[in-house]
Amino acid sequence: MTIEELEQVAKSVCQENEKYDFEVNVCMDLACMSQGADRLREALEKAAGASDKHVLVRRTGCMGPCSSGPLVRVDPEETLYHHVNAGHAEAIVASLGGAPVPELQCDLNDHFDRQVRVVLENAGHIDPEKIDDYIARDGYKALLTALTEMTPSGVIHRITESGLRGRGGGGYPTGLKWGTVAKAGGELKYVVCNGDEGDPGAFMDRSVMEGDPHRVIEGMAIAAYAVGASKGFIYVRAEYPVAVSRLTTALRDTRRRGLLGSGICNTPFNFDVEIRLGAGAFVCGEETALLASIEGRRGAPKPRPPYPAVSGLWGKPTLINNVETFANIAPIVRNGGKWFANMGSERSKGTKVFALTGKIANTGLVEVPMGIKLREIIEVIGGGVPDGHTFKAVQTGGPSGGCIPAEMLDLGVSYDALMAVGSIMGSGGMIVMDDTSCMVNVARFFVEFCMTESCGKCIPCRAGTAQMFTLLSRICEGSGTMEDLDLLVSLCNTIKETSLCGLGMTAPNPVLSTLKYFKNEYIEHIVHKRCPAGVCNMEAHASEVSKEVLA
Amino acid sequence: MSESMGVKTLIIDGQEVSARSGQTILEVARENDIKIPTLCHIEGLGAVGACRLCLVEVKGTSKLFPSCVANIHEGMEVLTDTERLRKHRRVILELLFAERNHICSVCVSNGHCELQALAQEQGVTHISLPYRNPALAVDASHERFTVDHNRCILCTRCVRVCAEIEGAHVWDVMGRGIDSIVITDLHDEWGASSCTRCGKCVQVCPTGALFDKSKIGSDHPKYPDFLPYLNLMREAQ
Amino acid sequence: MPAFTPPPLPSSDNRWKIVNGTMRKNGFARHALIETLHTVQSAFGYLDDDSIRFVARSLRVPLSQAYGVVTFYHYFSLKPPGKHTATICAGTACYIKGSDKLVAAAEKRLGITRGQTTKDGQISLMTARCVGACSRAPVVLCDGEVVGEVTAEQVLEQLERWAVE
Repeated sequence: MTIEELEQVAKSVCQENEKYDFEVNVCMDLACMSQGADRLREALEKAAGASDKHVLVRRTGCMGPCSSGPLVRVDPEETLYHHVNAGHAEAIVASLGGAPVPELQCDLNDHFDRQVRVVLENAGHIDPEKIDDYIARDGYKALLTALTEMTPSGVIHRITESGLRGRGGGGYPTGLKWGTVAKAGGELKYVVCNGDEGDPGAFMDRSVMEGDPHRVIEGMAIAAYAVGASKGFIYVRAEYPVAVSRLTTALRDTRRRGLLGSGICNTPFNFDVEIRLGAGAFVCGEETALLASIEGRRGAPKPRPPYPAVSGLWGKPTLINNVETFANIAPIVRNGGKWFANMGSERSKGTKVFALTGKIANTGLVEVPMGIKLREIIEVIGGGVPDGHTFKAVQTGGPSGGCIPAEMLDLGVSYDALMAVGSIMGSGGMIVMDDTSCMVNVARFFVEFCMTESCGKCIPCRAGTAQMFTLLSRICEGSGTMEDLDLLVSLCNTIKETSLCGLGMTAPNPVLSTLKYFKNEYIEHIVHKRCPAGVCNMEAHASEVSKEVLA
Repeated sequence: MSESMGVKTLIIDGQEVSARSGQTILEVARENDIKIPTLCHIEGLGAVGACRLCLVEVKGTSKLFPSCVANIHEGMEVLTDTERLRKHRRVILELLFAERNHICSVCVSNGHCELQALAQEQGVTHISLPYRNPALAVDASHERFTVDHNRCILCTRCVRVCAEIEGAHVWDVMGRGIDSIVITDLHDEWGASSCTRCGKCVQVCPTGALFDKSKIGSDHPKYPDFLPYLNLMREAQ
Repeated sequence: MPAFTPPPLPSSDNRWKIVNGTMRKNGFARHALIETLHTVQSAFGYLDDDSIRFVARSLRVPLSQAYGVVTFYHYFSLKPPGKHTATICAGTACYIKGSDKLVAAAEKRLGITRGQTTKDGQISLMTARCVGACSRAPVVLCDGEVVGEVTAEQVLEQLERWAVE
């Protein structure tokens, strides 16, 4: 396929769409699906068929505010409807061309106005199973431009110039990583997309893979061209069957169009991608563990160096980036590095997608420029804490992250700022907690997570997380002592400094950050045998003691 | 190491030493009689960097490096015995003692155990962490050897020697995290497994987890020194 | 060295042909182990010693290594699943919104703990590490279908319907 052919496809899609006077877009992401979006779409199609208006009913990826689902957007008016069910289909179709249906209209202007959409630019606008929809919105233009007009080092230069940093959590400069793989010797190199979104409470990558799979594939292909790789793998969690099926369809269509395979766009560039399924192991988000898993082995991390960029899959140089990182590539190549670098804060460029969940009014996916204040995300975009409760903390970075208290809400979101307050950017989970959440209990929850997800290879993580869990359980059950607290801090320190991989090194973060900002809750549990949030059951204490004696 | 024999100079614990490019910090330290504690590492088997006892400090970075796998480079300054490292080593050893049922006085390896020796050397006098007291099995189905999971520290020396040297790969680790245990075949009894009865795993086991039945109740030293010799003979072939 | 011949299929059950197909597609390479185990589990519902042995022999993976892989990944099950499965999400967002109470209610009603199947083989109770539907927390997968904003009463009603089937 050449650029001209690509433009031809885009043109014909537009001509096809012009036959319709109205487009009714139905969000078919997991959250809306679980509220009957598929029945809604069928009803809308039926109503549209029965009407004499020219209506295109399209299924799309996640539109964002999942708590308002199922969502429908009518174009060209851009009317957004919320809490729509199949019974509303006829009213919506009847209203087309006239006044919108008032009771379904959704006023989320504050929610959308503060957002900037780069990664999610197509979400809610294209059918993820139609490659032509993607092409019509400049899809694969960046790949073909790179192949025909740019050198590999030119592509890397542009990525470096953009200031893009890895969106998986570590924040390593993407351009630098690409440069290292490009410089590594050898004929055979790999590009791997990390779609093992294991952080509980995060679903950005799932939405991107399900809602705009071609964007990920295009990013990978551009990366492969830049670093000199010919083979790619997308590693997806088995818990995401829809993402797997959308990616499978997307890969098949991309091959049919000649955008993957050999001699892409009449150039000598060959590249193809295979999907590899995860199997329920959080540690496989760590890059060396992920590679072990692709090779069919236990997902146990290996000491680095050597880094995968030098010795990765089957010992070959391997570039590993996260889904969201790859999703940023095509727009950067299309619009230039400076365009991207103009967004965001000084050392964190561009935008970041967050999954906003927990005790907050507007749960769902949001994409904001880096540097935006946490307060703006939570109070304006998220609509604040509902049901008259008060905000207590926001947790970022999943089990590797930390809890940020109310007094720090004016913090601008960036890799460095979050790190400085004891949390991390992570992959983008943002869980809001209110006065009904016990911070000791939350710390225990994360430590239990790390304990069951530890691979068991290195001692500090394997035995240390288990000991942390025991000590925290004692505190939650009312049998903890101040000595236990000292022991906990000492353990955290050793686990953080001596563990082999990121899972262990960051496992103490939820404990350390809650101890830093909510130490009074620990003291209440230990000294006064009281859980201020009323979550922990302290009465269990008495029976536990007798059990211990028997053991 | 034939590809680059460049000589490098570095400082370990204030002592200037020379080394060959491609050597690990541990190799160079041992050549110069500088002692770094190790547990999962054993000369002759691939290093995995798992026990974290051999971590060392390198000047200029706060990161700690596993000396068994970290390569030396020109001019680096390594510290192997700081208060920070000693503290971490004690905690790691405590974690091991509290993880399973290590009761030296009734162990076949009492007096010949690497874990026990390290604890004495590192000054671990008592365990402040809660003992986990897991219920673990002993498998005595093998005609010559016994595996006692209560004493296993999951160093994977048995797994590696069986796969890398004997070439049988009868041992591996099942489960994960705190629930990991070493297994033979499909978690079959050792006696019913495809074990070749070579006994190498017993000789490399640092504790009393794998032992020779004929030695119960008597001194039970182990002799892992055959490994470098075997490797040497193989290289010569 | 004689050429390697993969072992014969364990039985005439056609599902083994699907399993063999996955291995053939990957050239019987060792790295196809996890892919093949996925195929076995989706064909048979779980993995047992015979199927692991067959796959390990076919791919020339040591038995202990294959077993180590199967038990490392929580997605793989060594026991047959019940007729129905309730999977309660235990991700952070669901936990904050009380998923632990759903688990406790279901455990009490069924008389089993998470990860187990009722004696009559009717219902399996599982927990998941986040299914990515966090905005609808707490979430339960009823036979794979996502149900959001679930209450303990709803979980019990569903279990009741399955139990009397």
